[in-house]
Amino acid sequence: MARFCSLPEAIAAAVADGDTVAMEGFTHLIPFAAGHEVIRQGRRDLTLIRMTPDLLYDQMIGAGCASRLVFSWGGNPGVGSLHRLRDAVENDWPRPLALEEHSHGAMANAYAAGAAGLPVAVFRGYQGTQLAEVNPHIRSVTCPFTGETLAAVPALRPDVAVIHAQKADREGNVMIEGILGVQKEAVLAAARAVVTVEEVVDGFAGSHPNACILPHWTVAAIAVVPGGAFPSYAQGYYRRSNAFYRSWDGVSRERESFQAWLERDVMGAGPEAFAVHATRVA
Amino acid sequence: MNWTYTELMTVAAARLLDDEDVCFVGIGLPSAACNLARLTHAPRITLVYESGTIGTRPGVLPLSIGDGELCETALSTVSVPEIFRYWLQGGRISVGFLGAAQIDRHCNLNSTVVGAYNKPRVKLPGAGGAPEIASSCREVFVVLPQSPRAFVARLDFVTSFGHGEGGDHRARLGLATKGPTKVITDLCILEPDPDTKELAVTSLHPGVSADQVRAATGWPVHFAAQVGETAPPTDNELAVMRDLHRRTAEAHGAVEVA
Repeated sequence: MARFCSLPEAIAAAVADGDTVAMEGFTHLIPFAAGHEVIRQGRRDLTLIRMTPDLLYDQMIGAGCASRLVFSWGGNPGVGSLHRLRDAVENDWPRPLALEEHSHGAMANAYAAGAAGLPVAVFRGYQGTQLAEVNPHIRSVTCPFTGETLAAVPALRPDVAVIHAQKADREGNVMIEGILGVQKEAVLAAARAVVTVEEVVDGFAGSHPNACILPHWTVAAIAVVPGGAFPSYAQGYYRRSNAFYRSWDGVSRERESFQAWLERDVMGAGPEAFAVHATRVA
Repeated sequence: MNWTYTELMTVAAARLLDDEDVCFVGIGLPSAACNLARLTHAPRITLVYESGTIGTRPGVLPLSIGDGELCETALSTVSVPEIFRYWLQGGRISVGFLGAAQIDRHCNLNSTVVGAYNKPRVKLPGAGGAPEIASSCREVFVVLPQSPRAFVARLDFVTSFGHGEGGDHRARLGLATKGPTKVITDLCILEPDPDTKELAVTSLHPGVSADQVRAATGWPVHFAAQVGETAPPTDNELAVMRDLHRRTAEAHGAVEVA
């Protein structure tokens, strides 16, 4: 049963040191405000799961929240490297980061398996690649019907899933529109889920019958954080700030400039600072 | 019109596509090439991005794989598990476009690491969709600028399987798809030999010498018995591509600065 509360309350109740946390959103609806709250609450030793770690996990890794990363593509899309991720992997700064590296196909299947309550995801993939040599979770099974060798990875079952969505209704049902990514699967695979939303509406009357809606009983807590996906975007609300993504390359390149940003824009700010980005697209 | 070799690389890649293709499109050069094809000779081509957008017709090139423009102009947008399971693994994609940091003579690709995995000199972004794009699309086109750093005798890491050790290596792994069939660079076009699967230069771009290609390749590169010359970009191809890049730059610059 979804509980409406503040973002600090929602994160404090859901995320503890050492947890396995999946904060999803595929370019779209990335839960930045929630991630910043995890940083402010000083969480440590998290296993962070995300197909595309993106700027959000670059920030959380640079802030020292993570000891392990499960992922499939760790770059700044169209721009270049994630410098904080690379500094952690290449130089152990601010602390060592263990990697569990997959392909997108494997991660997507592993979330779907988690949502389906299965222990394993089986798919056709990884043939001839060396990823299995560096990731002991990449194995294979033989199809009992055809004899075909298929890839197998463990289902993803995070302790916590955190997503951002456009809307919740007053009962706490959550609607996602546009590029859906793996958010539905992440929420259903997780033991508990926290959702930030742009706004609360009276109901979803008039929505398409096939709309992507997470019933309120699949979500632990909802916090209303307008602009909470900035600098990613919320379809129908605001656009992706490609300018921020490009400027992050300079901000994150050196430890000093990153830490100055962290102090000013995360430690010295709160969820309400995101509201300025929530201007509706014409 | 004057043109650059980077522009010709994009144009040459675009020309490989037609109206019947269903393309799995990556960000960067592949996206530019696929959309150039759509805006010139292949208006009915289907472009699929891994964010789940099927049949998208963006007016500007996306900076990231899931920009709103892709969803707003798509025929349908499905979830990421669905795009990888039903559409890519299900065998619905005719052409996959891949780039990489390194390629070897048998078209295997590295996008994971430079140096040793456990002691990386450079940690690259990683696999993304590439391993299964390389195995599940009916064929794969590789686009990347040619240099000895990228065209290496031995990959630091095999992220995506091309033709392995050559010959029938794909078939031995149970792969029924063709794998990489063309490599388009800023100097030439290379294709795997039908039997050995070793890359050979099949077309040189205008003004490029065989020695230039040799100098930019980290192994003794083969040349096909008949090496053609790539047709230079037409005025129309250049005009459409430059207009697309101009609109893209304007759109990406038009958002607020953080």
